[in-house]
Amino acid sequence: MSGMPDWTTGAQTIVYQSCAACGAAQYFRRRFCAACGVPDPQDQCASGGGVVFAASLVVRAATPEARAHGPYSVVLIDADEGFRMMAHGDSELKIGDRVRAQYRRFTGRLVPYFTRTPQ
Amino acid sequence: MSFITGVGLTSFGRHEGSSTLDLMSRAAELALADAGLKRHDIDGVLCGYSTVQPHIMLATVFAEHFGIRPTYAHAVQVGGATGLAMTMLAHIIVQAGLAKHVLVVSGENRLTGQSRDAAILALAQVGHPDYEMPLGPTIPAYYGLVASRYMHQYSVTEEDLAEFAVLMRDHAADHPGAQFRDRITVADVMASKPVALPLKLLDCCPVSDGGAAFVISREPTSEAGVRIRGCAQAHTHQYVTTLPDFEQMGAAISLRRAAEQSGIAIGDVRYAGIYDSFTITLAMLLEELGLAGRGEAAARVRSGYFNRDGVVSLNTHGGLLSYGHCGVGGAMAHLVETQLQMTGRADNRQVKDASIALLHGDGGVLSSHVSMFLERVR
Repeated sequence: MSGMPDWTTGAQTIVYQSCAACGAAQYFRRRFCAACGVPDPQDQCASGGGVVFAASLVVRAATPEARAHGPYSVVLIDADEGFRMMAHGDSELKIGDRVRAQYRRFTGRLVPYFTRTPQ
Repeated sequence: MSFITGVGLTSFGRHEGSSTLDLMSRAAELALADAGLKRHDIDGVLCGYSTVQPHIMLATVFAEHFGIRPTYAHAVQVGGATGLAMTMLAHIIVQAGLAKHVLVVSGENRLTGQSRDAAILALAQVGHPDYEMPLGPTIPAYYGLVASRYMHQYSVTEEDLAEFAVLMRDHAADHPGAQFRDRITVADVMASKPVALPLKLLDCCPVSDGGAAFVISREPTSEAGVRIRGCAQAHTHQYVTTLPDFEQMGAAISLRRAAEQSGIAIGDVRYAGIYDSFTITLAMLLEELGLAGRGEAAARVRSGYFNRDGVVSLNTHGGLLSYGHCGVGGAMAHLVETQLQMTGRADNRQVKDASIALLHGDGGVLSSHVSMFLERVR
């Protein structure tokens, strides 16, 4: 995906798109808004803050490269900007926890890693 | 009108040395014999896909291998919903007069034809290539995520989910073709190896070799007929990241459409063949289809509601969780078992009343849904 660099291209940012026509926020970037079809939604940098929607500790990974990391927690985060994203996170995260993004290496790539926000 | 006139099912498990085409052919021969038809009677072929033998024209490859020259043939791909989607299409094809007898067939040597890592990896590809796959998710992880949220929202426990694995194993114990037949307890499920928490090994269906087939015909070919009354689909999303709210999932939508079309209400259903890739899948689908209230399906399992002699008999062959899962053929086994039950041919598994049945399949991460009502006619 061209446009603003984000973690999928190795930059320490989370980028989403917002639609000027209908206001929808979308995380999977494309050249139109999937909610209303209007072209050219704007790339926006997310704050990295959000709330845990779901979490699963992956113990049986599919590849030797992923297994080398030991169990890792895959999470779905409801970002403050109104989109949902998949990421890694602390294994003790609970649904509803307020979290903030950091970045870690996983199988040779940069991935977003969420930790609990200090209360 | 359309009828399920013949069914064929191999045992699931290890079929060392059998290819995708071997397993498809074996199931197809059984289905044809069951319908009392010959190869030349078949004028339509629908088949699924094989992760072991991917091909851009699998239906044609199969037809040529099997020795038939259909007037209508192609493959269908909707993940776990493929079997019922093909059945729905076959129903439409025979109703439209395009074919008299459509052979619906699938098989795959998914267990012995590739490494376990390759199988897990091939299936994980239903995830988003840029935004999910780099995070190393697996199919159990997608469903583990869904399970964590569903359990949180509706106060479902891991022990609740374990009940579904125990029930499917109890049912499989009475089917000689099932991959896993040794009875298990809730404690066994709880103690099984963690896969993608909250899901553990016994919450997950196995990887299997096997094949399944049936014939959908314009007219019955024998006394006991099973008629397709109505079917419908719903597709709400592809990726777990874009899963809708639980109150707006596709299962309830496709069920409502199928019910409207067939004039059958969920309360009329006596037999249910419901997709059960994981315990959470079965729990959620039962609740979304209205066979139990939200968060109440496990209690119904405990009370015997879904037993062979229960109010609604469920997956009496053992489902994907214990009969096994060979890909597209996996969920087709639900329909094969349903047809046997409806025609009184389920041997020691026979239920008292299977006059009205509901079939439901899901593909992806509860992404694509097909609901289907069947009715016994004499």
